[in-house]
This record gives sequence, C-alpha cells and structure tokens, in this order.
Amino acid sequence: MAETGTGIGAAVKRKEDARFITGAGRYTDDIDQSGQAYAVFLRSPHARATIGGIDTSAALQVPGVVAVYTGADLAADGIGDLPCGWLVKSKDGSDMIQPPHPPLAVERVNYVGEPYGIVIADSLQAARDGAEAVAADFDALPAVVDVATADQGDQLYETVPNNQCYDWELGDKAATDAAFANADHVASLDIVNNRLIPNAMEPRAAVGDYDAASGVYTLYTTSQNPHLERLVLAAFVQVAPESRLRVVSPDVGGGFGSKIFVYAEETAVIWAAGKLRRPVKWRADRSESFLADVHGRDHVTKAELALAGDGTFLGLRVKTIANMGAYLSTFASSVPTYLYGTLMAGQYKTPAIYVEVRAMFTNTAPVDAYRGAGRPEATYVVERLVETAARELSMDPAEIRRRNFIQPEDFPYATPVALTYDTGDYEASLDKALQHIDYQGFAARRAASEANGNRRGIGFSSYIEACGLAPSQVALSLGAGVGLFESAEVRVNVTGSVTVITGSHSHGQGHETTFAQVVSDRLGIPLDDVEVVHGDTARSDYGLGTYGSRSIAVGGSALIRATDKIIAKGKKIVAHNFETTEDSIDFTDGIFAERESNRSMAFAEVAFAAYVPANFPLDELEPGLSEKAFYDPGNFTYPAGTHICEVEIDGETGVSTIVAFVAVDDFGNVINPMIVEGQVHGGLCQGIGQALLEHGVYDDAGQLVTGSYMDYCMPRADDVPSFTVDTTVTPCTHNPLGVKGCGEAGAIGATAAVMNAVTDALGVKSLPMPATPETVWKALGSAA
Amino acid sequence: MEVTLKVNGTSHSLDVPDNALLVEVLRERLGLTGTHVGCDTSQCGACVVHMDGHAVKSCTVLAGQANGADVTTIEGIGTADALHPMQEAFRDCHALQCGFCTPGMIMAAIDLVQTSEDLDEQAVRDGLEGNLCRCTGYHNIVRAVLAARDNM
Repeated sequence: MAETGTGIGAAVKRKEDARFITGAGRYTDDIDQSGQAYAVFLRSPHARATIGGIDTSAALQVPGVVAVYTGADLAADGIGDLPCGWLVKSKDGSDMIQPPHPPLAVERVNYVGEPYGIVIADSLQAARDGAEAVAADFDALPAVVDVATADQGDQLYETVPNNQCYDWELGDKAATDAAFANADHVASLDIVNNRLIPNAMEPRAAVGDYDAASGVYTLYTTSQNPHLERLVLAAFVQVAPESRLRVVSPDVGGGFGSKIFVYAEETAVIWAAGKLRRPVKWRADRSESFLADVHGRDHVTKAELALAGDGTFLGLRVKTIANMGAYLSTFASSVPTYLYGTLMAGQYKTPAIYVEVRAMFTNTAPVDAYRGAGRPEATYVVERLVETAARELSMDPAEIRRRNFIQPEDFPYATPVALTYDTGDYEASLDKALQHIDYQGFAARRAASEANGNRRGIGFSSYIEACGLAPSQVALSLGAGVGLFESAEVRVNVTGSVTVITGSHSHGQGHETTFAQVVSDRLGIPLDDVEVVHGDTARSDYGLGTYGSRSIAVGGSALIRATDKIIAKGKKIVAHNFETTEDSIDFTDGIFAERESNRSMAFAEVAFAAYVPANFPLDELEPGLSEKAFYDPGNFTYPAGTHICEVEIDGETGVSTIVAFVAVDDFGNVINPMIVEGQVHGGLCQGIGQALLEHGVYDDAGQLVTGSYMDYCMPRADDVPSFTVDTTVTPCTHNPLGVKGCGEAGAIGATAAVMNAVTDALGVKSLPMPATPETVWKALGSAA
Repeated sequence: MEVTLKVNGTSHSLDVPDNALLVEVLRERLGLTGTHVGCDTSQCGACVVHMDGHAVKSCTVLAGQANGADVTTIEGIGTADALHPMQEAFRDCHALQCGFCTPGMIMAAIDLVQTSEDLDEQAVRDGLEGNLCRCTGYHNIVRAVLAARDNM
C-alpha cells in the first residue's frame, strides 16, 4: 500500500479537477445542438384532479412555438409507462400493486408538478410563453397527503385498494413476540423520518437528438446510470431499440440518488426529438426540481426494543408506513424493504427481529432512493431506540452498545433479517470515536455550558450499511428486475497508455482519479498514462451506474479482473518473445521478467509487441491487448462505524450548534483517503441537514410549501462545523481490493447522532425532525 | 437593447432583449458555460461572477445593468497552466466534488478574501453563506479559502 506516490492508498489530487476549477466542465446544460428547440413542461397545479381538456390552440399561435404534445400524443405513439424495477411481495404472497405511470399524465394528475404536456419552441422564452397560453381544464379532487392515514382517504387508483402498494414483512414474528414477553424492559419510540428533497446543485436536464440518416437517437442527460436509462427507454417505454439509442451522461453535478431514475422529462424530450426531427433541450428550473425530482425518506414508524435488565438486546419490533408518493419511481419499492428492514440488526446481536412495512400512495411527488436509501431510516430507528434504552436503564450509551456488539470472532455473522456480515470490528471504531470526542471531558463541558445558561448534549450512532449493490443472485431472488454486476474494460493502447472504460458513473465521486490509481498501481504505469471513460453507452459495453456505494466495490473489482487478464495476456506475449512458458514470467511494478534469467520487458514494450505481432503463433496468441470483465460479487459489503455528535443549545433562542462531530468509519481498504474523507464530509452535512434543517412539507391540499431555497432549508457553510473524520480497517473478505464503499456512510450515521445529542441536551425522549430553533425552544420550555 | 461590456478582458457589443440576464448573456451569447445556474431565487450562488471587481449573482443582474462594466468569470481568473491561488487551493484541499457549485464558490471566495481583514474559519463560513454546495459539507471549501488567503 502506497502512502505516498499515486498508487492504492495515496491521497492523489483529482485528475478531473483541472476542468472543474477552470469552468471547463461539460454538463448537460452546457451542450447545445445545431438547430435545437427548447422544451417547457406543463405541470399540474393540483395535487389530484381529473383532466377535463387541454386546449393548445392559443399556444400554437404563440410566435416561435413549434409543437405542444400531451400525454395522449405519447400514448398514441405507443410510448409506454415508466416502470418500477423491483417487485416486492406482500405478506400474503401477492405482488405489490403498481398503478399506471404514463410519462405525461393522460386522464388524471396525482401530484403538484406532475407533467401533463410539453411545449417546444424555437427559444426558451417562446416555449415559456406558449406554456402560459395553454388552457387546461381540471376538476380538482380531494387529495390524500398524510401517509399515516392514507388508507382512509379517497382511493387514488382503481387497482389499488386502500392506496396500499404492499404490506411486507421480514423476520420471525413468533420469536420476536416471545422475546418481548420475556423482556425486563421495553423501550419504544414513535418516529417520523422527515421527507427530504435531494437538491443536487445541478438541476436535471436533457438534450434529445435524432439523426434521421442513421435512425440513431442520442440523449444527453443528467443520469447516474446511462445504461439503465437506455434499457428502460428501449425495453419498456419503447422510444427506440437499444441498438439505436445512445445515452450520454456527461459531467453530472451531483445526484445523491435523485438521478438514478428514469423520469418523464427525458422520456418526452427524446421522443419529441424524433417526432420533430430536431434536437430538443430542457433544463429544470429549481422550482421544478423541488416539485418533480424524486424525494427521499418519509416514513412513520413505531419501534420497540426488548431488553434484559442488564441491557442485553432480546428483540426488536418495527412497524413502518412508507410513503411512495403518487407513483412508483424506478426503485422505490426496494428502499423501505430490502434496503431498510434488512438493516435492523445494526451492529448488534439482537436475536429476534420482526419488521412490517406498509407502502402507501399519496398525492405527493414520488419517493425513492436518496443518499443512503433505507439505511439512514433503519439506522435512525435502531440508534434512537438504543439511546432511549440506555437512558431508561441508566446505562452509559457507549456501554450498552459495547455489550451488544457483534464481536470480531462472530464473523461471518448471519443476522435474523437475511444478511450475512462478512467482517467488522465495531468496538475499534467506537473506541477511536470516544477518544476523538474526549468523552471523559464531556461532563465538565456540559457543566460549563449549563453555567452559561445553555444546554449541552452528546449523541452516538453506531451504524451499519449494506453496500456494493450487487449481488445479482440475491437481488434477483428478492425481486430486482435487473442484474447488479459491473463491467470494466482495460484497453492498452499501442504506445502503452491505458484507456479504462467503466460502467460506473462519476458525478462527484472522483472515479477518474481512484479508478486510475487502481489500474496504475496494478499495471505499474504512471497515473497520467491512465484515462478513465464513463457515462456513455456507446463507449462502455454495459453497466449499472453509480448508487448504493457500489462503484469501487463492484466496478473497482471488475477493473481488477480486467487488469488480471491484461497481465495474463502480457505474460503470454513475453513468453512467446523469450521462447519460454508463461508460468516462468513474473509481473512486478510494470516489468515482465523471466524468473530464471535477467531478461525482461517493460509494460509499454509488451503493449507495442501486442500490436506489432511479427511472428505470433496466431492460432494460440491473438494480437492486441484489451480485456473486459464483468464482476458480480457473492455478498454485499458492510461499511460500519460510530459517529458522535456534541451539541450546545442556546438556552434563550433554542439554536442548536454542533460543537464537535466525530465520524470513525470502517470502509475496508481505502484507495484515496482524501476523496474518502470528502465523501464522509458531504454525507455528514446531509445527515445533519435532515436532523436540524431540512423538511419537505406539503399542506393539507397537497401543495408543496417548501418549493424554493427560501422555504427549504439547505445546510449552508455557517450551519455545520468542521468535522473530525477517521477510519478503522477490516478489509472486505470477498472482493479483490478488500474495499467496502464510502459514499453514503455520512448520511446514514449522522442524523441519529445529532438527534441523540439534541434530545440528550434537552432531557427529552424524542423530538420531531428537523429540530429547528422553534421546535427546540418549545421543548426547552416544556422540559424546564 | 445594445449592451457593451468587457468580459475577461475582451469587449463585446451585443443586442440583447431588455429582460436578458447577465448569466444568459455569458452562457448563451458568449459561450462561457463555466458560470452555472442552480436556482431561480438568487439563493445558490452557482452563477457568481465579478462585476467591476466585486462578486455578483449574475442571475440577478440584468444585462443592461452590466452595460459598461468589466466582468470576470471563472474562465478569466486563471488557466490550467497558471491557476489563480484560489483555484489551486480548491484542488489541493479537495474543495470540490461534482464541480457544479465550484465556479461560483471560487468567485465568491476570491471576493471574500479580497474584501476581508482577519479572515478566520467563522468569517469564511459566514462569508460563503450565499453559496450552496451539496457535496463537500463545506469542510474542505473552508480549508481551501483559508489556504488561499495566505497565498493571495
């Protein structure tokens, strides 16, 4: 492992930064096509309404307007519904119910902001004027907004009784009930996991182009996984066959889950480009992003933890109602089930767990994966409950965790909720975090705060996540509609430089650097000789993109497989050259050397020889040096760690200030510690945002109240502290790099740590999120 | 209306609609796509440029208001071979991830350093309150601005 230099483990400065810091990044909105038209979407002003009629005649008279299309036009052209890619089954074995989801609404609109038409014009201004001139006739209907009572509201879809998508369960109910019957103590909590709006800084955008000569459609779009976009648009929506549809995700300005999905807008844009034989461009206004990006979280939960008198966990019972919004987004069904219920063991040896989840439809924007996706919600349930139990049993929150941790010798450890953790050392992270926060000194710091009329609290969160999504066999057996492997191609060029093509996608994660580090380290060539290509279906074979902290664990492993093939092929070439056998050739630090002699060839010489095959035995040795690999792991990876938050609350104003935040994470081996720390920082900020600031709010009529940055409180620089970030390492046991993934940990662990600290400071059992100054101030009054 | 302005040292005379925004002129007429649009309420700061030496949100400046002005965008402060100290600090401190907020953040940070005395961590955090970043948690941005402060 290189601590310095550019290899695996080195804090290499990012290759991609050169373009981003000079303004040379190329995002979708920076792409213009000759002769392009501009699109504006018609969006529902109602949470629920019947569409009486849409009069487009005046809009078509607006100078510059080229076309106005509605859902009926797409339907008439055979454009299919947007599908959900994960089939979840209810307790009774029945399939989840998926209501029809046309890209543009046809008869009904079901949330504010739902698109029901697209106006296309020569200029953006003309398209906006055209949209203003469309007269749509709506008959408003009562909206179902509150998820907890959604089953008592109007039935939104003929095919969906009680507005219930599914009623799912996991775990052993009888064993869990027995554990509670034998418990000395039961800690219980009612939890609302607040709705969040992802807010990648780059709004979604799409540029559709159709080349009549070749019949090829090209879609430039802000996607975390262009191949999935192409698959869905080809196979389900049926815009064009895969072979004649190219999807390009150029530089993408953050995703956090919200750009995994196949949306109505890019579907309508690429279809319209074909219809009009003209490029069509659309970029969301931020207001549209608030309304029509997929949202995150939004659970209502009752959770109980059964304990023995000494603090040993005996059983966990969780009952959750999850909001799906108005339609099932691409992976929505999997988030509150296989990415949530399966994580309820946390880091603990809880022997009996039973989880029930009802997924409900409401007249709100669809809800799907947002950074962490199910795992933050699970961590919040487990870690708030553990902290509550510690307080009720007057135990130290560190000690109650320690008492129940799965121990290093217990691995592989099969939880009662379907996962098998491969490795970990949870006490190591806890101990390191306790040192960093100076836990011993907390009592004195608290006394000092109180002497000043303020409150101070400390909160823990010992989270675990299942990452590296993959593995296909597990995912497919649980209802996934696509495999979850990853592809890589290592193409050695004639002069010895290397082009790496990955099916992963980088939208901030720095893969152009970390993937290059892996390949340069393995092949013993300079980092600058390795270029990483991603985000273009025309350049990579196939791939599943980036989400679920999967890229290094799955995509990086595919890279290792491909480089192994390159090395094996190189040995064959060298063996031929030296007229010896390939098993007598070693490859170290970029040199192929014969073990029993002083003969050797450098990597670049072998590359050249591969493409100048003067006397290759062509029936045994092909020319060229380019290899592909698909990697599908045997298990998830299990990053885990302990986060500790220390908060001071102003006794007069209720303002919470995070005075210290420590995150100690075990990501297995680390490729680039600088990038890993950056990923943690960003995740922590989002987790803190959920706890203290962010909340997507609809009023009773289903209007989004928090539809701008003036209403939805994003974390700003002065809302968060500098973080103390450290790692422990237990390498993943089942992938070649020993890596686990780091993209989501911050957002998974932080929220519970903050709320445990705030409730500790206030001396209250629970508090709704976000813990705004108003909420905290009221609690100060009631706790006084 | 006719607007004459200098952008990154080059003078331009442009016929623009009365309601054209400076950011639209920069991106669409001059092809300077390093300046980004991240919101529609002047909150995010992705569009910050310098006008007559000071940071402005170019989504909130009419092109007509920039008539006669000297405008500098991210493309005008340094090159790949000769980076501005703030660009260099952002790279060295890993103060960017997706890069979308970065141009506005760098332009705002340069103005902050140039117009502040005794800039400490809290002052940087307060001073960048008008620029949103969703990737970095601001930790490394604050480090970068403090590092650049010492090199500017």
